[in-house]
Amino acid sequence: MATVRIPPVLRAAVGGEKQLSASGSSVGEVLRSVADSHPDTQSQLFASDGGLNRYVNVYLNDEDVRVLDGLDTSVGDGDTLVILPAMAGGAR
Amino acid sequence: MSPSGAEVLRQIKSRIDEVDPAVVHEQVGNGAVIVDVREPEEWSAGHIPGAVHVPKSYLESRIEGAVPDRSDHVVLYCASGNRSVWAARTLIEDLGYENVESMTGGFTLWKDRGYEVATPRTLTAEQRERYSRHLLLPEVGMDGQQKLLDAKVLLLGAGGLGSPAALYLAAAGVGTLGIVDNDEVDLSNLQRQVIHSTERIGVPKVDSAEQTITALNPDVKVEKYSLRLGPENIMDVLPGWDIVVDGLDNFPTRYLLNDASVRLGTPVVSAAILGFEGQLSVFKPYDGPCYRCLFPVPPPAELAPSCGANGVLGVLPGTMGLLQATEVVKLILGEGDPLVGRLVMYDALAATTTEVKVRRDPDCPICSRHPEAISDEELGVFPDYEAFCAGAH
Repeated sequence: MATVRIPPVLRAAVGGEKQLSASGSSVGEVLRSVADSHPDTQSQLFASDGGLNRYVNVYLNDEDVRVLDGLDTSVGDGDTLVILPAMAGGAR
Repeated sequence: MSPSGAEVLRQIKSRIDEVDPAVVHEQVGNGAVIVDVREPEEWSAGHIPGAVHVPKSYLESRIEGAVPDRSDHVVLYCASGNRSVWAARTLIEDLGYENVESMTGGFTLWKDRGYEVATPRTLTAEQRERYSRHLLLPEVGMDGQQKLLDAKVLLLGAGGLGSPAALYLAAAGVGTLGIVDNDEVDLSNLQRQVIHSTERIGVPKVDSAEQTITALNPDVKVEKYSLRLGPENIMDVLPGWDIVVDGLDNFPTRYLLNDASVRLGTPVVSAAILGFEGQLSVFKPYDGPCYRCLFPVPPPAELAPSCGANGVLGVLPGTMGLLQATEVVKLILGEGDPLVGRLVMYDALAATTTEVKVRRDPDCPICSRHPEAISDEELGVFPDYEAFCAGAH
């Protein structure tokens, strides 16, 4: 099982959890397993073509999966997937 | 009877290698470390260009900061060539430096020969006191403090992030602070916007911030921009600033800022906060990724928490704004490892930080191109950009 860190904007879709354990041997499998268990995350993570949404960054440990093998990147037990959406809060 | 001071000096001179200013002149910038051991007032009146200043009275405690490697070639000088001989003896016989010379005739002879003299800009007595804790740090020192005083830093927003950043940058002696904000101080701001105060509710934030900054440090010049940054004014505001502190509250302006700062080559120290969590990174054009490399497109409105009022723990922008100020000071000083190509996430409730790598995107629509190829019309442009977060703030 890999650990998936859930950013604040997605927490409502996973029942308020900060992190989840999810199974799968690749980034795509792990994220689809998250989406299967928490259907509200499906449209937020995945584009209609099944790829990752462009505005969602996913890191395997500290590396952007886009510079690895994307959704095909292998994930082992003990790995952490970090989901990072853009945030813009600050001034007001 | 003990020998006289003059006799001891003669004995020491017989053991120390002395070198003529003509030879030292050849060695400047040529591998040798030239060390001025005179008093601060003498150094301030003029010194050999490229020399480092380690007053003889602080030699033992400070020489390692200036010359860490004891095998380096070191040339010491003073005013006439005597104090530097005593200092050379200390370096060789007490501290184990292996290759030390003293310059004959000192700075007086150097000047008589007509060689170049550097006259450092000096701090006033009040500045030396105000910044004394900086001056004691080898990584800052007199040169670093001058860099801070010469620096021009633009703060986008005198709000949650800008307030603490502005306060500490002013305290540190950053000489010119620009503040862009078109808001007025509101009671609900004061839970986190510590540069303002209860009595200034209703006052424009730029004026309130200026009052606090000037009271804290009269060295700091404040340039106020009471406007909302947009495509129509960004190229009037941004040029001329060394570093931008981004505490913007909406995506369209973040992309606009990114594109303009890449074109101008201006580093942006960026932070964002939401709830109990913050993000921080430094976007240094062409040295590292830009904001579009990190987030090629903004999220849809339902996932863009900037579009509306959200809760934020009051201390969190303090933490993130001070991390921004720290990165700004590091960039000005050229010290340490800036947060370029890295993004830190801070979770206040968990008291944890997570760091991820941010890569330059070779196909980035902005920073993969030459800065001059980026046109005014393209700055901040995005499909459905305004509609995406209409009136976002």
